[in-house]
Amino acid sequence: MAGDRSSPAAIELQGVHRSFGQVHAVDGVDLRLSLGEIAALLGPNGAGKTTTIDMILGLGHPDSGTVRVLGMPPAAAVSRGLVAAVLQTGGLLRDLTVRETVRLTASLYVAPRPVDEVLERAGIAGIADRLVGKCSGGEQQRLRFALALLPDPALMALDEPTSGMDVEGRRDFWSAIRRDAERGRTVLFATHYLDEADAYADRIILLRQGHVVADGTAAEVRNLSSGRSVRASLAGADQATLAGLPGVRSVEIRGDRVLIQTMDSDAVARYLLTATAARDVEIVAHNLEDAFLALTSDEQDPAA
Amino acid sequence: MTDRVPPVAALATRRTTPLGGFNLTFLVIEIRRLLRNRRTVIATIVLPILLFLLFNTNKRLGALSGSGLTAATTMIGIAVYGAMLAATSGGAMVSIERAQGWSRQLRLTPLRPAAYVAIKLAVAMLLGLTSITVVYVCGAFDGVAMAAGVWLLTGALAWVASLVFAAFGLFMGYLLPSENVMQVIGPVLAVFSLLGGLFVPVSLLPSAMQAIAPYMPTYGVVSIARFPLEGGGFDPTWLLSVLAWTAVFATAATVLFRRDTRRV
Repeated sequence: MAGDRSSPAAIELQGVHRSFGQVHAVDGVDLRLSLGEIAALLGPNGAGKTTTIDMILGLGHPDSGTVRVLGMPPAAAVSRGLVAAVLQTGGLLRDLTVRETVRLTASLYVAPRPVDEVLERAGIAGIADRLVGKCSGGEQQRLRFALALLPDPALMALDEPTSGMDVEGRRDFWSAIRRDAERGRTVLFATHYLDEADAYADRIILLRQGHVVADGTAAEVRNLSSGRSVRASLAGADQATLAGLPGVRSVEIRGDRVLIQTMDSDAVARYLLTATAARDVEIVAHNLEDAFLALTSDEQDPAA
Repeated sequence: MTDRVPPVAALATRRTTPLGGFNLTFLVIEIRRLLRNRRTVIATIVLPILLFLLFNTNKRLGALSGSGLTAATTMIGIAVYGAMLAATSGGAMVSIERAQGWSRQLRLTPLRPAAYVAIKLAVAMLLGLTSITVVYVCGAFDGVAMAAGVWLLTGALAWVASLVFAAFGLFMGYLLPSENVMQVIGPVLAVFSLLGGLFVPVSLLPSAMQAIAPYMPTYGVVSIARFPLEGGGFDPTWLLSVLAWTAVFATAATVLFRRDTRRV
């Protein structure tokens, strides 16, 4: 997955920090994306996804660290039409038609793809003469996608592109993206929908509180949660001892209930049943959803 | 996976847009969009016509007779008024586009900020030219008599000097994040018009107002526009007024514009 290091990376972030007042939105991110990769930036709200994408697009600048896109500063890549984006917040003019919006944007590039072609590929050729203000949220999002297709960019960044869409809208949108990515485009999308990351990305980069907490294929990220949860009723549990058991990742105590995340559930269960007065011991396997929650939870590890 | 990867060499040869993205397609679509906005059309075309009819009817009724106010001076004043409304609303469109997030969308394209401002100024000035032309056509039909050269010269001067209002519109557009920016500017423009002598020449205003008049942004514009008609001495403070106000508004707009593009 690392790609050929001699050619410029599609995206290269080194030690990137960005704060807004007291909030460290991005707190030391290193990231390298090779040409042709389809990667998801996954994380809960406030994890730093939008801030990261903004810096990749040159809409924001890091306080420290460097951001390179295709071997050049983001603004240079944008001005050459090498990178394009579909943003959550990017506004459209309500009093232009869909086609006028595309024509206007096309006029800003040196050699754009034909207007009809991008309308077709984004699936909005049928509503080309409709005023943008009369389009649904999903249609407007596909218009933004059509605009992003105009320069035939090497890198396409999408920030939560399907938020607010219904199930059908999401499916249509992703099938358009997927068809497009098959032609070799590098795609980075931010999402807080696990299933989107799992279904459409080759690689998942999990962000939490401005840090990369996991980076790998969907299967690899899922493996991070290959452990299990052990629950039991135990009065006066000794947190330090439980946390010190082999394979234990976290211990949570709520009154008489203990919740232990562990890679070795057998060892924990054996200890609980032989060395303590624990009752009602349960062992539950994890799925990707749990991995996501475990890795992105804002709650600090009580054992830490 | 390597077969999907585009050749890097092909990426390096991509060029940036000439003129920072300023182009005719953009301009034409912007104008079409403006004409779709009923409020803009009313302010630019309908309102100046109504004012013209109102003032000239008054004149025929003799309400202002013997005041040295001719149909031609009134017409020029109203043309400046129309150009002011048009140029200001053209410039102030940036406010609506910022509110709708369009400026942010444009920052994902090769469009240079200076080219964007140039487009807005061009649209504002074209709109101003439309307004002046409409008023002058009304005047011609209504029997306003001037030498051909004076028609052209007064119109051209009114138009060029109305750049100050385009700068004012841009300034307001970056100052006010409101979608109703014109409702805020409207009263300001009314004060500019009355005190600057657009409808009633400054010499006919009460003395307190006469003292304020030279400081209005409209004063220099309308005085310069009427000069080819009225003759007499050219007062350099007129030119100073136009240049100073343009500099003030353009500088303020630039400062706010920089703040706007820095913030994300």
